[in-house]
Amino acid sequence: MIATLRRAWMVFRELTGDDAYERYLTHWRDHHAEADREPLSRAAFCRDEQRRKWDGVRRCC
Amino acid sequence: MPKPISFVLWALVVALGTFALWAIAVNRGESIDAMWFIVAAVCVYALGYRFYSAFLAAKVLSLDATRATPAERLSDGRDFVPTNRWIVFGHHFAAIAGPGPLIGPTLAAQFGYLPGTLWILIGAVLGGCVQDFVALFCSIRRNGRSLGQMARDELGPIGGAVALIGVMAIMIILIAVLGLVVVNAMRHSPWATSTVAATIPIAVMIGLFMRHLRPGRVLEGTAIGVILLLGAVFAGGWIDDQPTLRTWFDYDAPALALMVIVYGFAAAVLPVWLLLAPRDYLSTFMKIGTIVALAIAIVILNPTVKMPALTQFVDGTGPIFGGNVFPFVFITIACGAISGFHSLIASGTTPKLLANERDARFIGYGAMAMESFVAIMAMVAACVLDPGVFFAINSPAGVVGAQAADAVATITAWGYPVTVDQMNTLAQEMGESTLFARTGGAPSLAVGMASIFSSAFGNTLLSVWYHFAIMFEALFILTTVDAGTRVARFMLQDLLGNVARPLGRTSWYPSVLLCSALVVAGWGYFLYFGTLDPLGGINSLWPLFGIANQMLAAIALCVATTVLVKSGRVRFVWVTALPLVWLVAVTTSAAWEKLFSPDLRVGFLSHADDLAAQLAAGTLSDAAAAQAPQLIFNDRLDAALTFFFLVTVWVLIVETARICYASLSGKRCPPLAETPHVPTQLAEG
Repeated sequence: MIATLRRAWMVFRELTGDDAYERYLTHWRDHHAEADREPLSRAAFCRDEQRRKWDGVRRCC
Repeated sequence: MPKPISFVLWALVVALGTFALWAIAVNRGESIDAMWFIVAAVCVYALGYRFYSAFLAAKVLSLDATRATPAERLSDGRDFVPTNRWIVFGHHFAAIAGPGPLIGPTLAAQFGYLPGTLWILIGAVLGGCVQDFVALFCSIRRNGRSLGQMARDELGPIGGAVALIGVMAIMIILIAVLGLVVVNAMRHSPWATSTVAATIPIAVMIGLFMRHLRPGRVLEGTAIGVILLLGAVFAGGWIDDQPTLRTWFDYDAPALALMVIVYGFAAAVLPVWLLLAPRDYLSTFMKIGTIVALAIAIVILNPTVKMPALTQFVDGTGPIFGGNVFPFVFITIACGAISGFHSLIASGTTPKLLANERDARFIGYGAMAMESFVAIMAMVAACVLDPGVFFAINSPAGVVGAQAADAVATITAWGYPVTVDQMNTLAQEMGESTLFARTGGAPSLAVGMASIFSSAFGNTLLSVWYHFAIMFEALFILTTVDAGTRVARFMLQDLLGNVARPLGRTSWYPSVLLCSALVVAGWGYFLYFGTLDPLGGINSLWPLFGIANQMLAAIALCVATTVLVKSGRVRFVWVTALPLVWLVAVTTSAAWEKLFSPDLRVGFLSHADDLAAQLAAGTLSDAAAAQAPQLIFNDRLDAALTFFFLVTVWVLIVETARICYASLSGKRCPPLAETPHVPTQLAEG
């Protein structure tokens, strides 16, 4: 029961983009982790993300 | 499931759906339960999804689960991300669901519930869902390219240019008409105006919160914002009770239009994070929440639909907008059945997220079926009102008379009894000074929703429910205004960049200011003069919007048809060609009537000529005579725009026919731009 709720909460967070930064970190560690590089900070990531998100048709009539 | 059981189950769905549709169609009594609409709709969507979309997926498009999607091949953790199908569905639905399917059916209810309901169901299952699905499919097979790019690739430069200009034109008209809907809801209503105004500082606060205090904490920010918004609804009621304070928020329509214009410009040039992004989070939550609440309320409370199946206005004399049931019911419903705009979303972010090509069916076809269901609920919410009340709220003063007594007399004479007392009581219950002539759909939908909700929670909260519904609609209409202005600005910058290079740089501030100002001036013009139009601007603007939207759908279907022909699927070309032919028939006849109909409330040109003749003969009052030259000019401008849409559609049709013919007869034509097959490495999921 608790596991189901947790799972639902995770899906909800992903759906709303609440965990976008955590997912970015996971992706970064899997694909781009090199000794001399750091991932983006939370604030910088969110800034980038927002700029990217609103460059195009995002909402409809 | 074993075959026989599945067969019996689907046979039952067919039987139930047929029975519900029959009940809706033959009902000529006083009233009918809303449940029948829900049952009919769910059965139609279930059958369409289970059988037609399966046919499209397997036979027509041959979705290939072994083929790597752009999300997998180009995975970059940002734009291209293989994502769970339910998550993509959520994003896609949130993106396509806008105010259109709520407003269109409400306006179309003037013909009675039947024409609109049937078109929402049939149009979605055979047209809109197919368009979304095929557009999504085409984009997936082309690395997530946009509709404009696909038009250029598949149809050549003419097709591409036409598509781009078409998108910009629809954007301008769309924003103007949506602005008009909000303005009509706020006119002389301090409660609505103050609540809607409060959404701006609330969005800014959330924007600051999510930028500086808690970056990226979407849920925290949204939760605080939603609480503040609900507080604003109550605060609006309090302001409305303060004799001096309320005058600060009491404006007529042209003044409100100017404010919306100033706001639109500010929103377009301010940084996204400050206003647009937080407003979008709030509006998405409110939207989904309210749609779900409305669905639950309609299913549980099962309100009674009081609108007749057909009204006498199918003959074109309708008060909300002029024109016969064909083609105007199709133009008016637009978004709930086929929305051309969706093809932009289906060829934008969504195709870059799909982990498996097979998911295109669920997301493309399924999300549109859901959107169409929202339109059915809007139709129900409009039709649970007494027809007399519905027409009193939605008829512009220029048609039924500016005085309450005149308006109710006219509407009662049509056979929809309503009294001044009834309207006053209703307005009082809703916390408004008047509900007459609030054309546009938002107020009547709000009254409908308020009466549905309040029957569960008691009458004391009616006025709060009403203003909650107004706030919710205004919130996401304004989000569309902001986002649309921004998109149109990008397109304009893109266009002007060909002429003067610096103008094309989207981050160069002078260009941002100039292009935003041009876009806002474009829709602001139509909005402002829409509020001055004595026939109610909705009468001229909504059909223009519908024509533009269906035209965009025609563009998407042209691209889809060309792709089917070029990829050797001629056998199945009717899948997109039939909806295309229908759309061309509808838009062409609607555009023709808007241009040349002798009916003054339908034909732009005849209205202009009539006004000019009256002006020359000196039969107009002083006020009307002062306004007349502007109205005449606007009529001719609207006519020019309609003509432009008409030409656009036909240029594209001719191009499509030419390319298809060339492809079939082995002549030279742009080659199919599909990316080659790469096997997927992702585990079957």
